[in-house]
Amino acid sequence: MRRLFQFHGGVHLKEHKKDAMSQPVQAARMPKQLVLPLQQHIGAPAEAIVTAGDKVSKGQLIARPGSAISAPVHASSSGTVAAISEHPVSHPSHLNAPCIIIDTDGEDRWCTDRHPVANYHELPPEKIREHIRDAGIVGMGGAGFPAHIKLNPDDHVVDTLILNGAECEPYITCDEMLLRERALEVIAGLRIMRYALQAKRCIIGIENNKAVAFHVLQEQVRNTGADFIEVIQVPTVYPTGGEKQLIRVLTGKEVPAGGLPLDIGVVCHNVGTAYAVYRAIELAEPLISRYVTIAGSVAHARNLEVLIGTPVIDLIEECGGNRNTLSRVILGGPMMGTALHNVTAPVTKTTNCILVNSTVGDVPLPSRDKHAMPCIRCGNCAIACPIDLLPQQLYWYARAKDFDKVQDYHLFDCIECGCCDYVCPSQIPLVHYFRYAKTEIWAQQHEKTLADIARERHQFREQRLERDKREKQERHKKKRAALKPAGNAASKEDEAKKAAIQAAMDRAKTKRESNGIEPKNTQSLTAEQQQKINEADARRAELKNSPTNKQDVQRDLLQDNNP
Amino acid sequence: MNLDTPSSPHIHSGINITGIMVRVCLALVPAIIAYTWFFGWGLCINILIAVGTALCAEALMLRIRQRPIAPFLADGSAVLTGVLLAFCLPPFSPWWITVMGTAFAIIVAKQLYGGLGYNPFNPAMVGYVMLLISFPLEMTQWVPPNIVNQLQIGFLDTLNIIFTGSFPYSLNIDALSMATPLDTVKTELGLNLTVSEIMRGNAIFGDFGGVGWEWVGNWVLLGGVWLIYKRIITWHIPLAVMGSLFVISFFFFMLDPDTYASPMFHLFSGATLLAAFFIATDPVSASTTPRGRIFYGIGIGILIYVIRTWGSYPDGVAFAVLLMNMAAPTIDYYTQPRVFGYKKGNTNENPRRGQN
Repeated sequence: MRRLFQFHGGVHLKEHKKDAMSQPVQAARMPKQLVLPLQQHIGAPAEAIVTAGDKVSKGQLIARPGSAISAPVHASSSGTVAAISEHPVSHPSHLNAPCIIIDTDGEDRWCTDRHPVANYHELPPEKIREHIRDAGIVGMGGAGFPAHIKLNPDDHVVDTLILNGAECEPYITCDEMLLRERALEVIAGLRIMRYALQAKRCIIGIENNKAVAFHVLQEQVRNTGADFIEVIQVPTVYPTGGEKQLIRVLTGKEVPAGGLPLDIGVVCHNVGTAYAVYRAIELAEPLISRYVTIAGSVAHARNLEVLIGTPVIDLIEECGGNRNTLSRVILGGPMMGTALHNVTAPVTKTTNCILVNSTVGDVPLPSRDKHAMPCIRCGNCAIACPIDLLPQQLYWYARAKDFDKVQDYHLFDCIECGCCDYVCPSQIPLVHYFRYAKTEIWAQQHEKTLADIARERHQFREQRLERDKREKQERHKKKRAALKPAGNAASKEDEAKKAAIQAAMDRAKTKRESNGIEPKNTQSLTAEQQQKINEADARRAELKNSPTNKQDVQRDLLQDNNP
Repeated sequence: MNLDTPSSPHIHSGINITGIMVRVCLALVPAIIAYTWFFGWGLCINILIAVGTALCAEALMLRIRQRPIAPFLADGSAVLTGVLLAFCLPPFSPWWITVMGTAFAIIVAKQLYGGLGYNPFNPAMVGYVMLLISFPLEMTQWVPPNIVNQLQIGFLDTLNIIFTGSFPYSLNIDALSMATPLDTVKTELGLNLTVSEIMRGNAIFGDFGGVGWEWVGNWVLLGGVWLIYKRIITWHIPLAVMGSLFVISFFFFMLDPDTYASPMFHLFSGATLLAAFFIATDPVSASTTPRGRIFYGIGIGILIYVIRTWGSYPDGVAFAVLLMNMAAPTIDYYTQPRVFGYKKGNTNENPRRGQN
């Protein structure tokens, strides 16, 4: 018997799991329309390669990965692309997202271009990862990280590959049903994953409240004779299904803060991902369907195998829910799920559960009070926190918008599991405060980055102007310096010019002096006029010579001028 | 279709502040019954006066501060403050002592600091210390156990004593009252008697502490253990208070059993157990990290002993709690737990700071 470890805190939750497991999993009804968001994973959104009006067949690639960290999208069934447009999806922001909308034709016709891998051992691990990438497989436990990246050991040696079948949230039973019904396929998928990672050993971790799944799996593992696979039951404590928590319980190791499980030689995948890997490699089926639990205020809570892109409301109605009395629809579990603002949003690759709340009948979720009381610092949150944070301090500083202090208390190590919130006697929406603080800090950092870029640009421009000015000056200086040696010739020329100017000026001067005053309006006069002028001049000369008073002269002049 | 879209988690354990306060009050019920058995109806009447005053003062202050009244009255914190303060007062205290202490506790120590969740000091202890300093005479008029039974002072007689100060059989409080065991030890040690002489020569001493007091202590202990079992409080503070008091008193007792009272005497006398389980564990004013709570409790235990042994007051519980209340934020700061994924002692170095 393997020694198990514990993580700090956690809470014991009422399971509510029996209802949905009362009947075997069946395929959900074919929806009239499939809505396939381009972003169903962590990373860059996929890029659509079809246009409205295109005929598509089941499994056909309709959007290719947008970057290295991305995943393609495939048509879940055959039909016609109706539109590529914004459509409501499950997102806390309530924003619409670009989706490929397909009108199904009901034929469910597979595309013909499929190539199953007959013997994966013959292919190198990179090829396997390529197949997995091309099948659009992402982490199906909820996070949706592209699986081919998580199956790449890089230069690490992977000691343990953990398959996460803990499924610790209440109501959700899709993984348990998958393990009960498809244990063989999950084990096959696990072996392919082990090959891709070149991992030494594998552990399948299951919570000890899933006795049936555990025994089925154990028997199948024994049948396959894979001695490197261990099936281990772990205590039922929320959030054992968290990656870091499960790794801690099974190996006793802690994933370093800010690091990856790979850093300690561990890789953890969801059981659903293993099943998808099996289908992709052995059957050449891309990820186009998954197991989904529909639970809560519906007449028949159950698990269905659902085509990715099926609108949530179709599934609720298929299970006997009433669209007119819905009050809250949660995608995911009650602890970490997102409440939908629009039930036409589709099931995506990461949707494991649809939890329905209605205004009539039993309301399955005892929610916290709308009016929170002040924090009394009881510390229940710190006792429950699986990361060993002090949520009461985080809350205090988040409320005060002291974003420095809130990071000192390790805000970014919070996994938003909701344990603190669940046990808070003041019924404070703690996780909400933490999300708020995180987004505020991200926004501030984003702004800071933008400001830094702007400042850099400004500084660069200043520098450039300064440099241009300097260069210009230097150019001028150089030019002048270049002109200097040829200066003598130039000065001679100048002197010649100057001399010519001087000569002209001298000529004008002598001319002026020799001509005396030569008013221009006396140039063309009649003889009579000339005579008068001469007379006047004579008088003027006379006056100049005879010393008479000025008045007389003036009078005479006046007389002269007024004939 | 109007869908509700709150932030996760979507479920809650259902626990609330009222539930906590009610359970703490319930845990005190056996001790209150024992107290009443030995010391008469005084405590019950004091509790009624104190709770009434606490609720009125709380409502008044909430109204002045323009806060919603109903939810804060219903949270039960004012009721608990009243009950705890009444538990610390001499059973035949005049009514105005109780009223003044409680009003001071609620108005000054709690509401002026911002109400529930914001008071740095334990309101009941602030009220108690105010009374102890302002009315030392009234605060030391304790009656010996069983005297109410011997004299057959009934409920109406007690009411009469508390509200008018007139005793039956033309007795008076001076004739009735006598020192508490802690007080007796303190005074008579000053008269150069040894502890064993003091204990032998006085009928108020029982097996460990005082007659009657011990039994009240037992029931307080039981109530406290129930609170730990119910996860209303954690074991850290009570164990640290009792443990440190035991260790320090054991050390001095071993050094000189004639001058220093036994550890059991210290544990079962005065308000030690009440403080350990009900007063020091007040979440608002106590330390809140698991390790911090241990340091906080140890501080209280040591201070209780120091004040009792070398201070001028016979009991030091209230002062010890208030002094450690002051230290709580600092203790919290230095006792942060190691966060998951960090190396030991390296918690302040934060690789995730400013990440993502």
